[in-house]
Amino acid sequence: MVKDQEYLIKKASYCLDLAKKYGATNSSIIVNNSISETVNFRNQKLDESNRSDNLSVNITTYINKKKSSISSSNLLDDNLETLIEKCVETTKNTPDDEFNSLPDNNLLVKEVKNLDLYDDTNFENDQKIDYLKNLEAAAANDDKIINTESGFTQNKSNFILANSEGFCKGYKRSSFTASSVTVAKNEESMERDYEYSSKCHIKDLKDAEELGKLAASQTLRKLNPKKIESEKIAIIFDKRIAKGILSTFANAISSSSISRGTSFLKDKINQKIFSSSINILDKPDILKGLGSRSFDSEGVKTETLKLVENGILKEYLLDTYNGKKLKLKSNGRCGGTTNLYFENGNINYKDLLDLNSKSLYITETIGHGSNIVTGDYSVGATGFLVENGEFKHPINEITIAGNFKDMFNNLNLANDLEFEYSTNSPTLMIEGMVVAGK
Amino acid sequence: MSDFFKKSDLTRKQAESIISDTLRKCDDGELYLENTKSETILLDDNKIKNSNYNSDLGFGFRAISDEIVAYSHSNEISKNSLKQSSENLKSTLKSANGIYNYSIPKSNKKYYDNINPIEQKTLNSKLEILNKVNEYLRSKDDNVKQVTANFLGEQKSIEIIRSGGETLTDARPLTRFNVSVMLEKNGRKETGIYGVGGRESYDTYLKEDNWKKVCDEALRIASVNLESKPAPAGEMKVVLGPGWPAILIHEAVGHGLEGDFNRKKTSAFHNLMGQKVASEGVTIVDDGTLNKRRGSLSIDDEGTPTEKTVLIENGILKNFMQDRLNARLMKTKSTGSGRRENYRHIVLPRMRNTMMLSGKQTQDEMIKSVDKGIFAVSFGGGQVDITSGKFVFNCTEAYEIINGKIGYPIKGATLIGDGPSILKEVSMVGNDMMLDPGIGTCGKAGQGVPVGVAQPSILIDKMTVGGTKL
Repeated sequence: MVKDQEYLIKKASYCLDLAKKYGATNSSIIVNNSISETVNFRNQKLDESNRSDNLSVNITTYINKKKSSISSSNLLDDNLETLIEKCVETTKNTPDDEFNSLPDNNLLVKEVKNLDLYDDTNFENDQKIDYLKNLEAAAANDDKIINTESGFTQNKSNFILANSEGFCKGYKRSSFTASSVTVAKNEESMERDYEYSSKCHIKDLKDAEELGKLAASQTLRKLNPKKIESEKIAIIFDKRIAKGILSTFANAISSSSISRGTSFLKDKINQKIFSSSINILDKPDILKGLGSRSFDSEGVKTETLKLVENGILKEYLLDTYNGKKLKLKSNGRCGGTTNLYFENGNINYKDLLDLNSKSLYITETIGHGSNIVTGDYSVGATGFLVENGEFKHPINEITIAGNFKDMFNNLNLANDLEFEYSTNSPTLMIEGMVVAGK
Repeated sequence: MSDFFKKSDLTRKQAESIISDTLRKCDDGELYLENTKSETILLDDNKIKNSNYNSDLGFGFRAISDEIVAYSHSNEISKNSLKQSSENLKSTLKSANGIYNYSIPKSNKKYYDNINPIEQKTLNSKLEILNKVNEYLRSKDDNVKQVTANFLGEQKSIEIIRSGGETLTDARPLTRFNVSVMLEKNGRKETGIYGVGGRESYDTYLKEDNWKKVCDEALRIASVNLESKPAPAGEMKVVLGPGWPAILIHEAVGHGLEGDFNRKKTSAFHNLMGQKVASEGVTIVDDGTLNKRRGSLSIDDEGTPTEKTVLIENGILKNFMQDRLNARLMKTKSTGSGRRENYRHIVLPRMRNTMMLSGKQTQDEMIKSVDKGIFAVSFGGGQVDITSGKFVFNCTEAYEIINGKIGYPIKGATLIGDGPSILKEVSMVGNDMMLDPGIGTCGKAGQGVPVGVAQPSILIDKMTVGGTKL
């Protein structure tokens, strides 16, 4: 069982008291416990079981405008005392930074909404095994599938965030995740692909057989890939990778990138950065949402932000420190976005494929090719050639490249948004990108 | 050395008896204990932004029966906690009926000193250097708009207790010093990053000249990039510089030669043992025994002494990298390549310091032989799809080559190639093998471990460059 609120609060106040005793003028603490249980299958047989019980504490101590932090997984009282003494000592020796402070009291969350993020169900290992048997039977149905690896993880966690000004709140979360990776082989090629599903509540998880079938069919269709010529072409991003474009956008508008001047979106507030049909929202209070939270990692209340409205950048993602530096108030995004998504576009998936006589449909990218300082983008990709709305053949060993400033302006969205992840995008098309192939 | 049982209600004797009882009918397994102290000190935006100290303690208990691995870990080293883990392992391996393999090779060799780098240097002396770095770079070039510099130091003490009570220990220091600088000129911004590190004290880098060299290199890369033009797109010849560009070797062939992917036959290399997989003259080794290098280990995370493993010899595939599990199932021996990020993770076969050895040609000869291509000097990260064999890496400093001469610098671009065939495209191997500066971290199955790479300059006849200029 994950540690209860009472235990976490006791540890938190023990640490806050010690910080004060050793001379901290302010302090904040997060105590976290998470227990996850995983069962993995390979080729329809049990391969691995893994139980993980993680305790952690993160403490930040302030002496006026000086700050330092420690973290530990050893929650024995005498260890915590040694660490806090060390932390306060380090704080004394750290230079002042005028922007260091706890969040403003009036921004803190007053009442934690019940967002239905915890499912008390204990899905036993035997139940996980049954789920994985069904999943892998469906995934291995075709002779060309030569390897299947699937896993089921149940995670339960509980945390308390507290500070020396009296803030003390936390709640339990749960997640149930099933995934499957399959390998298909024929005379000419060997390919891999995957499918997964992750939910707060067990009953919302994708059906095992459906998940297995998807993992297999997505791999089988990649067999016999071809390389294509280098050219300028429209790129369609499958939903599972289109969300990556949103994550890069979120990085580029994080207040630390903006205040440090290391983002290509610096000084773009209230300017048009996307085509005018584009709206981007970050909504923290979706019931059972994977990214939902009532307050950020400083305790600041989260509210829905319309980050981009009709193509215009409206907000940065602000925490207390960088907010003060930019002379803005925190909007509760210390630790990043919540449930981030593009609002639906106005054409359907089929019509998006049909928009150009020839385009590339990308299902996976590899490499770390997003540069948020310059906006340059260049990654390896696999996918399919689409001609006149039809999938022609799989493609690999190509790269796609462009600059986000242009890509954002040339972005079209389908109307097939679903909330599968914490960051979600409809199928997305960008015209005028360069493919390097032969 | 940590005494893991000092403040616990669990005695060493009791632990040994729980271990032996749990692993009775298993083929292998052990209790792994770990105590890590680490620090990060970060200067950013003209200020000391972060000083963090971390103390991480925990155990991981592993039992293996045939192909099945049962694992359980916790932060609480206590009787209850170990017993609960034992119950978890037993319930997974109800039908285990193996014979425990007690044998494990021994060695007294140490490839680094038993030191705690964090304690060797006062906080103030580290802060002072970071401030000097900031002042030095900002005064050196008016275009410097942002400087980030940090120290990362850790000491990881581990103890492995096997069934029957055999105990193996190691204490591993690790340090790293990084500098990142951003320049802005005529509205254009570019970044340069450089760092150094290894399993030794900070003192190696803190001497006046050493930290300045790191700053100068970061600034040089950023300055080159300020003048860069769009990179070409398409297939062409590529000359790789010596040292860090060997992450190409790491991605293109290293991962594909790890034992687990080959036992499972999901690596593009699984059926190529003894066959020609590279041009003649290409020899690649994975070496855990280099003195004080970032990827070196005296023993791996299963207690096996590390070694120098020949992977490819003169073009022929000779060995895979093995941990105990995959070695047993493939009827071979562990190469001391069993590694884990920490006690929270299971052991996997991983790389240590992966190196392509020197050949006979010079970098000059390579560049002169290219009509149209690129010369890549430095890289960011890379990634590989083991199954299809396709891999990428991102240039952070590269130049166009035209008619045998180095031309203008080009913008960061991704290069993509095919692992099993790329080494056959290597047509020249240089005589200038160099180790990387000690900054690499390799990711696999969500676990990051420190690694090293090395190579001489090489000429690759055909690779796809992912630029924007057609």
